[in-house]
Amino acid sequence: MTTPDTPGTPAIEVAGLTSSYGDQPVLRGLDLTVPAGTVYALLGPNGAGKTTMVRILSTLLGADGGTARVAGHDVRAEADAVRRSIGVTGQFSAIDELLTGRENLRLMADLAHLPRTEAAARATELLSRFGLEDAADRRAATYSGGMKRRLDLAMTLVARPRLIFLDEPTTGLDPRSRRDLWQVVRELLADGVTVFLTTQYLEEADQLADTVGLLDGGRLVAEGTPAELKALAGGETLDDVFLALTGMEQNR
Amino acid sequence: MSTMTYAVRDSTTMVRRNLKHLLRYPSLTVTVIAMPVVFLLLFTYVFGGTMGAGLPGDLGSASGDPRADYLHYLTPAILVMTVVAVAQSTAILIAKDATEGIIDRFRTLPIARSAPLTGHALAAMVQTVLGVVVVLAVALALGYRSDASVAGWAGAVGTLLLMGWAVTWLCLALGLASGSVEAASNAPMPLILLPFLSSAFVPADSMPGPLGWFAEHQPFTPVIETLRACLDGTGPGSDAWWAVAWCVAISAVCFAWAVRAFGRARNG
Repeated sequence: MTTPDTPGTPAIEVAGLTSSYGDQPVLRGLDLTVPAGTVYALLGPNGAGKTTMVRILSTLLGADGGTARVAGHDVRAEADAVRRSIGVTGQFSAIDELLTGRENLRLMADLAHLPRTEAAARATELLSRFGLEDAADRRAATYSGGMKRRLDLAMTLVARPRLIFLDEPTTGLDPRSRRDLWQVVRELLADGVTVFLTTQYLEEADQLADTVGLLDGGRLVAEGTPAELKALAGGETLDDVFLALTGMEQNR
Repeated sequence: MSTMTYAVRDSTTMVRRNLKHLLRYPSLTVTVIAMPVVFLLLFTYVFGGTMGAGLPGDLGSASGDPRADYLHYLTPAILVMTVVAVAQSTAILIAKDATEGIIDRFRTLPIARSAPLTGHALAAMVQTVLGVVVVLAVALALGYRSDASVAGWAGAVGTLLLMGWAVTWLCLALGLASGSVEAASNAPMPLILLPFLSSAFVPADSMPGPLGWFAEHQPFTPVIETLRACLDGTGPGSDAWWAVAWCVAISAVCFAWAVRAFGRARNG
C-alpha cells in the first residue's frame, strides 16, 4: 500500500509555492521542508492560508506556481503516488454518518484493498485504539463531536499512511479530547510517521512540533523549533512570538 | 491487480455503501417511487377519460373505453418518469456527499476517480428496477395489459435501464456542479418537464408547429416510442436506434462531465 521511504528523501519539499483565490493571493511564495519522521506545525491566524496549504499538499487543489513534492512525488504530476503515501484529516468531519463506526472503517479498509480478514481485524483494532468499541455498531450520526473526530482520524490511519495531514485537528474539541489527540500524534511519531498539522493554538505547536512555521498573510514569517522561535522574539511563550511576528507583518 | 480490476473492486465497495444508504434512508426511495404512482393515478382517473377520447383512431379506439385506452398509452410514459425521478434523487445524494467532507476523503485516496460516482449510478439502477416493478404492478392493477413477448419485455427493461444510466450520469454531473443540496434538488427540474414536451402524454403531431417539431426530435420521444413498441409487441424501427444513440451520447458526455466536476468539487 505505502511506497517505501527512500532514506534521506524529505516527507515534504515545497519551493516558491503560490496560490490565489480569484485575484486574492492566498500563498505568496512559500518554501519549506519537512524531514521524514518529524512533526511540523503550521501556525497562523484565520485566513493565513493554512488550509490552502494542506489542500495543495494533499492533491485536492492545484497550486498557481512553484513546486511541491510529497514523499518524493510531485503533487501535480504524480498525484496517485502522493495519495498512496498520505492520510488526510480535514477541518470538517469526513465520515459517513449513515454508516456505523465499524462500517466506516471497513469502507476505508476495502478501498485500501486490504484482504477481507485483515480489513475486519484492522477495523476492530482501530475501534479499540480510539475508544469506540462500545459505539462501533451505532450509526456515526449519533456520535458526539469528539467521537466523530476520533473516527475521522481512525479512518485516516486505516491504510497505515507514512505521512499524515491534520488540518486544525483539535478545533472545537474539549480539553480532554485535545489531550487524547496529542497522545495519538506522539504515538504516530514513535512509529516513524511524519505529521504535518495546522493549528491556531500555540500550545499545541509547542507541545507537539519539532518545527513550527509561522504563516501570516500567505508568507512564512518565521520558522524554527519552538525554543528557537521563543528566543527570536525574546518572549517566554509562543504567544509572544505569534503576536510580535504577525504584528510586524501587519505594520509592514 | 490491474488498474481496471481495482476500478471494478472500488466501484463495488462504493455500491455497497450506497445501497446501505438506501436501506437506512427508506423514506427517500418511498418518496421517489410515490411520485410516478401519483402521476399514474392522476392521469388515468382525472385526465384519462378526456385524453383517451382525444387519442387518434389507431391509438384511441382499441378497447372502446377511453380511460383504458389512455392508461395503455400512458403507462410507458410513467415508467420513463419513474426512471427520471430516481435519477433526480441521485443528484441530491451526490450533492450531499460533496457538502459533507467525505468526498474530499475519497479524492485523497489512490482510487479510480469514477468509483464513488459509479457507486451512486449502480445503486440508482437498483432503485430504478424497484421503481419500475412497483409502477408496473400499479398499472396492471388499474387494468394495463401488454402483448409483449419475452423479447419485448427484455427490450423494454433494456431501454429503461439504458435511459436510466444516461439521466443518472447527467444528474450526477448536475448534482456536483450545483454546489449545494438545495441547488442540486432544483437543477434536474427540466428533466421532469421535458417528458411533457414529448410524445409521453399526447402524440407529438397533435402539438402546434415548432413545439411539435421539438417534441418529435427531443430524446424522450424515441425512448418512449421504443418502450411503447416493445410493450405492444411491435417493432420499434428507427426509434430504437435514435433512443440508443441519444442514451449512449448523453452517458458518455455526462460521465466525462461528472468525473471532471468530481475532481473539482469543493467542500462547503
